[in-house]
Amino acid sequence: MKGGTKLDKIYLDNAATTKMSEAAIKEMTRCMNDYYGNPSSLYTVGQQAKEIIEKAREEIAGVINASPKEIYFTSGGSEADNQAIITAAAIGKRKGKMHIVTSAIEHHAVLHALRRLKNEGFEITELPVSKEGIVNKEDVKKAIRDDTCLVTVMYANNEIGTLQPVSEIGAICKEKGVLFHTDAVQAVGHVPIDVKAENIDMLSASAHKFHGPKGIGFLYVRKGIIVSNLIEGGAQERGKRAGTENVPAISAMAVALKEAEAGMKENAKKLTALRDYLIKGLSGIPHSALNGDAKKRLPSNVNFCFEGIEGESLLLLLDDKGICASSGSACTSGSLDPSHVLLAIGRVHDVAHGSLRLSLSEETTKEELDAAIKAVKETVEYLRGFSPVWRDLNAGKLQFIL
Amino acid sequence: MALYSEKVMDHFRNPRNVGVIEDADAVGEVGNAKCGDIMKMYLKIDNDTVSDVKFETFGCGSAIASSSMATELIKGKPLSEVRKLTNKAVAEALDGLPDYKMHCSVLAEEAIHAALDDYESRTGKKTE
Repeated sequence: MKGGTKLDKIYLDNAATTKMSEAAIKEMTRCMNDYYGNPSSLYTVGQQAKEIIEKAREEIAGVINASPKEIYFTSGGSEADNQAIITAAAIGKRKGKMHIVTSAIEHHAVLHALRRLKNEGFEITELPVSKEGIVNKEDVKKAIRDDTCLVTVMYANNEIGTLQPVSEIGAICKEKGVLFHTDAVQAVGHVPIDVKAENIDMLSASAHKFHGPKGIGFLYVRKGIIVSNLIEGGAQERGKRAGTENVPAISAMAVALKEAEAGMKENAKKLTALRDYLIKGLSGIPHSALNGDAKKRLPSNVNFCFEGIEGESLLLLLDDKGICASSGSACTSGSLDPSHVLLAIGRVHDVAHGSLRLSLSEETTKEELDAAIKAVKETVEYLRGFSPVWRDLNAGKLQFIL
Repeated sequence: MALYSEKVMDHFRNPRNVGVIEDADAVGEVGNAKCGDIMKMYLKIDNDTVSDVKFETFGCGSAIASSSMATELIKGKPLSEVRKLTNKAVAEALDGLPDYKMHCSVLAEEAIHAALDDYESRTGKKTE
């Protein structure tokens, strides 16, 4: 990998996290050295730190066409998702509207926050997705009722990378007068977003997905929506998120986002070509299939299922070959269930078990992908070599699905 | 801290007794319906002793390592002793498994017991 790291690794797990950009690291250390003041302090050293975060707020707002007052810094995407949902739920409850529409492929930060609301008496409609992993906007329209207080549908899926019809859903929600939140953690910094044009009321983002630091993110909330607190205790973030601001991380996030925005068009073009090259290479493995729409997906995301093998053993063997990847297999989840996203697009348990996500970055090279394709082919073949499932499939005792 | 012990990784990377015994005297296949892992054990039995054993596994690192270790533990052993194999013994021989992976060692125990059951039904002999 470029950038001076000594590890001889092929890092293909950029949907999990990205390596910080040099500019972001530089900005972070600069702030640590020079702006140690508490932004709430009234003396100069404090106010200088305050200026740093306000400049960052302005820059971040500019990237998504929001106004600075609509940006709230959080500890990351999960906190932003939780706060958006709690905010909409509180508004809904006051009006007696306790119905929320979401999709079956949301991140757990959304699904689990909604599960909690369900226990508190909210009704949740989880919309199915097509076999390509995309929410149907007509389904959203049909699901909205008089007592619906929120529609929350992600911008881009974290596992299969599919881009959702956000602006269409935004238009529907605007017409129906329902709040629309989108978890854009995988999208911000990677695809152009305009909260005004797309009628987005609330949006969550996380810095470490676009080469910024971990532990920092932001929530955009359209002006006029009363934000509910998750954390009480101070006047920070206009009283909506207590806790002394993480000045270095906030500023580094803004630097990373500006950098991502500046390179977005060029990177998307380059990555799309690399992504399609990788998809083509992996498609050469028999009884495999791409998960998610082939085109309506993030330029960086590739996700495959390989029949007859299990994902965790694939990941461990790829790690031995220096390749960092991810899987939606039950065995990697810490629970016994495979990925809810793969199940939602109709992959049965056995097939969902053998999934592999490779997510690229701007630093990924064609040579790295050639090495990855070769390694995946060899490893899948090796694991199939002693898989009783593969034996039964080949013997005709089981039917091939892929 | 690594996910697995060095022993688990060794048995996962270099599984012992992998493969099939075409003329096996006993075959046991079990699956964990929930997580989806599947294990198959083939035994060759001479004089009430496991003279050879092979396995095939569809599953995670700890499932493969558990199968491999289980075959090592029973190879050359009398059936009465094989019958007493527990998942705990498999996990301990691997220097432990993460809590949420203990069911992989259970699968290994079950696969061997299933093979012994198969042997009993084929021969009418008791393996207790």
